[in-house]
Amino acid sequence: MKTEILQRLVRARAEKCPVALVTDLGSGLQTLVHEDVAHGGFGLDREELAEVRRFLREDRSGIVEIGDARLFIHSYNPPLRIIIIGAVHIAQALAPMASLAGYDVVVVDPRRAFATDARFPGIAMNGEWPDDALKQLAVDSRTAIVTLTHDPKLDDPALHVALRSPAFYVGSLGSRKTHGKRVDRLREAGYTEAEIARIHAPVGLAIDAVTPAEIALAIMAQITQVLRREPSSAAAAA
Amino acid sequence: MTYENNIPEIAAALRAEGKRVALATVVSTWGSSPRPVGSQLVVDETGAMQGSVSGGCIEGAVVHEAMQAMQDGEPRMLSFGIADEQAWEVGLACGGKVQVYVEAVE
Repeated sequence: MKTEILQRLVRARAEKCPVALVTDLGSGLQTLVHEDVAHGGFGLDREELAEVRRFLREDRSGIVEIGDARLFIHSYNPPLRIIIIGAVHIAQALAPMASLAGYDVVVVDPRRAFATDARFPGIAMNGEWPDDALKQLAVDSRTAIVTLTHDPKLDDPALHVALRSPAFYVGSLGSRKTHGKRVDRLREAGYTEAEIARIHAPVGLAIDAVTPAEIALAIMAQITQVLRREPSSAAAAA
Repeated sequence: MTYENNIPEIAAALRAEGKRVALATVVSTWGSSPRPVGSQLVVDETGAMQGSVSGGCIEGAVVHEAMQAMQDGEPRMLSFGIADEQAWEVGLACGGKVQVYVEAVE
């Protein structure tokens, strides 16, 4: 391995950018593949790049044989994280569910009555106002953000940061009507249609969820779908 | 699969100090190997190691090869395994096979 490649790898990890180190096991040459660019000792064709990015998306490492080449794809992804705005009833189900699914979980709520350790045992809590909290938490491309408060004075500041962040998922609780009003407010605040379209609302997959735990399940399923599905098929389904 | 290890960072820091280092990476496993694909070990020129590529069963041999790789600059693929029969009989945690890629950082 060239020291320069190692330094690039370390830099990508410090910046929490997903990156894959691809080693040609025949020649020992290596290439570092980012989401949008590749650097290194050998070029990868479209098929190979697609395979590398699939490994990254699935957070897998392993050997692939493409044509005559035997490539080892080593995925270095930042940890998955979910930031929940609103220490509400649904959050009490969503936080442990997300934790089980392998996510680091943070619940943000400046309202002391909601954000108690008794209601969220073992879950990291943040008592800052949501926009400040999200800035503090340095949202990256392996972060999902879900707003659950129903209260524009808490949800909107969170969305203001979330919509211009690299988060892979943004979801907001609320009926179609509630969401319509939210969209109007965001337009007024200067957000573009493309930014607003990032919000999954009504939040969660349509599984006719009723109870808080069922709604949490629908949200978790949708986050999983967005995380794992190929970008092209996600666009087709939207 | 998440990697809590910080082996690339340790290797880069050792390089920055001007030390020779080699990396060993698990590239494939079969059966019940104790460390998943992607697990890493870094070895410096004195033979000191950090990280792991097994439960401790093969680290000695890997360090030896890493020292060789630092000498000749040639990457190598190492294969380790335990006969199935033996593995099942004694119920070894390490009853699988593992392939480790060893390379010097130059």
